[in-house]
Amino acid sequence: MFDLLGKVFRRDEAPSKEIAKERLRLVLVHDRATVSPQFLETIKEEVIGVITEYMEIDHTGVEVSIHSLDKSVALVASIPIKRMKRTAKAV
Amino acid sequence: MGEVIVVTSGKGGVGKTTAAANLGTALALNEHRVVLLDADIGLRNLDVVMGLENRIVFDLIDVSTGVCRLKQALIRDKRFNEHLFLLPAAQTRDKTAVTPEQMKAITDEIKADYDYILVDSPAGIEQGFRNAIAGADRAIVVTTPEVSAVRDADRIIGLLEASEMTEVQLLINRIRPGMVKRGDMMDIDDIIDILAVDLIGAVPEDDRMLVATNRGEPTVLDGMSRSGRAFRNIARRIVGEQVPLMPLEAETGFMARVRHMFGFGS
Repeated sequence: MFDLLGKVFRRDEAPSKEIAKERLRLVLVHDRATVSPQFLETIKEEVIGVITEYMEIDHTGVEVSIHSLDKSVALVASIPIKRMKRTAKAV
Repeated sequence: MGEVIVVTSGKGGVGKTTAAANLGTALALNEHRVVLLDADIGLRNLDVVMGLENRIVFDLIDVSTGVCRLKQALIRDKRFNEHLFLLPAAQTRDKTAVTPEQMKAITDEIKADYDYILVDSPAGIEQGFRNAIAGADRAIVVTTPEVSAVRDADRIIGLLEASEMTEVQLLINRIRPGMVKRGDMMDIDDIIDILAVDLIGAVPEDDRMLVATNRGEPTVLDGMSRSGRAFRNIARRIVGEQVPLMPLEAETGFMARVRHMFGFGS
């Protein structure tokens, strides 16, 4: 009971600048990712470059996008594998 | 050869014009030869902030279209001998009346004869902004400790970096130390951390600023004004002096952080 009350009061007193910082952090992730249309393409190319060292992938099927979840933002990559390279195991 | 510094922000109303006026005046007080260039065509205000609105004969567009020579359009501010001049914007035209190439030609011509050219940029990211940054060697991005202003500052910093501006510094305006202390306003560290940019200085909110603007006298001329003192410090940093941040309030914890940020103190 006291815990709950404490929580309620603390939340009321939570400095608003912390809310401002958190909201800005999220909004800037979106803004910065959308400012440059080249951004995702660049990431995609570089990811393909790294992955192809280990496996054979379907370049045309690669999808890279930014998803926003409730309180965070994720970079999601879908990379179809055609075949694993024999050397992959040795790594 | 002088240096062209654009004062810009993205968001309107954060204090670009007052910053340009005060920094230009402070540089002139330190015996540098300064031109204030109002690039806010259609919404000029640097003239009224400086108290020079009754002296305008020619403007920026008259220079770019060859109606007059540059020297004819420059208004000499008599308070500062031969150190401070204003090139006013046109009030009856719009932002497309001049091109970035023409702006660069004008700032290049001024650069040959003066030490510092401060370009007061319009708000926004459209052609007025493109014009303002066209001839600039460095940029001062003005923000206030509000989410909207900080977000727009981030966008502007991105655009400046994309246009290969290497020297971009942040001026945080209108800080209210009491609110910072209560945790209801982002402080200098918070904003610098979010924007990941170099700081040129911070200016406290100051009632004397409005009084100064009412009179057409920049606060750097007011010895009692805290914003004036902050702007004088920033002007010294512009020329490369190491000037510690002034206390926004007499509170040890806050100051210790500020000093730490600039590499002073333990």
